Amino acid sequence: MQGTREIKRRIKSVQNTKQITKAMKMVAAAKLRRAQERAEASRPYSDKMKEVITSIASRAEDVEHPLLEVRNVKKTGYLVIGSDRGLAGGYNANLLRKAVQTIKERHQSSDEYVVFSIGRKARDFFKKREYPLIGEIIGISDSPTFADIKEIAKTAVNMYAEGIFDELYLVYNEFISAIQQTPIEKKLLPLVATEEETQDVRTQIDFEPSAEEVLNVLLPRYAETLIYNALLEAKASEHSARMTAMGSATDNAEEMIGVLTLTYNRARQASITQEISEIVAGANAL
Amino acid sequence: MSTIRLEIVTPERIVYGEEVNMVIVKGELGEIGILPKHAPFVTPLVISVVRIKKDGTEQEVAISGGFLEVNPEKIVILAESAELPAEIDIDRATAAKERAERYLAKIGAESIDFRRAELSLQRAINRLKAAIRK
Repeated sequence: MQGTREIKRRIKSVQNTKQITKAMKMVAAAKLRRAQERAEASRPYSDKMKEVITSIASRAEDVEHPLLEVRNVKKTGYLVIGSDRGLAGGYNANLLRKAVQTIKERHQSSDEYVVFSIGRKARDFFKKREYPLIGEIIGISDSPTFADIKEIAKTAVNMYAEGIFDELYLVYNEFISAIQQTPIEKKLLPLVATEEETQDVRTQIDFEPSAEEVLNVLLPRYAETLIYNALLEAKASEHSARMTAMGSATDNAEEMIGVLTLTYNRARQASITQEISEIVAGANAL
Repeated sequence: MSTIRLEIVTPERIVYGEEVNMVIVKGELGEIGILPKHAPFVTPLVISVVRIKKDGTEQEVAISGGFLEVNPEKIVILAESAELPAEIDIDRATAAKERAERYLAKIGAESIDFRRAELSLQRAINRLKAAIRK
């Protein structure tokens, strides 16, 4: 019976796909673990910075700094962290939908906002739809270093300080668990003075040259660090999204192979039955 | 000799974390040596080599700017990057130095890139200093 060969070929091809998705799943799992470790390793740095900033802020009554100042919002910056590669389920789609939704809700015209993008998928998306894209980075490695994003983080923070836009939001996939990531948008600038009161009556700290000077250098760095942390989290989300997507792709392939094998066996049996009945019919005719 | 814990932290990892006798850093106003029981203190650091004295030996760590925080329990250095001499790739640093020098010769002192190239030159020289002095 014709068709058996085709079915066999399908099975073979699905099997190949399954092998690939399975490998990708395992790679993503390994990368996820590494990304989580990195996110863990970056925590002491930003925690420490936060601590120092809080202690300065709590001492000096009226600290003034462009990064802390709440201005009238005329223009808003969005920093969207996507991925370079696809095959990660709804990772980019969900993220970009969230970004577009937020932008649509808040702004009437495209003069009111600008967009920075990290990742090829995000860049292509915004470019194609002609969003005011003013900064982009693609080709970030799977375990990004601080140097990778320093440039764009610096640019974004500087542009805020210079008043090109009056607030800066980060849009990225928050890592909740290995199977759950949700796109969120987070206000980065102006930096919100930490509300939790860490008034553990600490001894007076000496600043050299002065508290203001220290703050001047510290705050931009802190903002950059927060961007870096968001990137690490986004990477962890990407890997886990890919892991889940590839896991279910593997399951689907398995199921498909099952169904196809069944059809194949039926067809084979049918053709054998037919052959036998032909032979019998032929023998009877003699 | 009394000791105090020193931690050098970058966004990527904790580079150093040990009990030491003395730390010598370069702040914006000059070199500062910190001994145990120093008063709480915060200062920005420039691109420099941090010298760590421990049990009569001296160790160096190249940092590319950052902060020093001294509190009663420990000394913390927050740096954008920090490397122990053994980790420094001399060839790469030399290449970076030459690249920055070429670039500096080419562009005018007015451009923003000049400052950037200058900083990267400083970082390269600093790394070489730490790596070779050992």
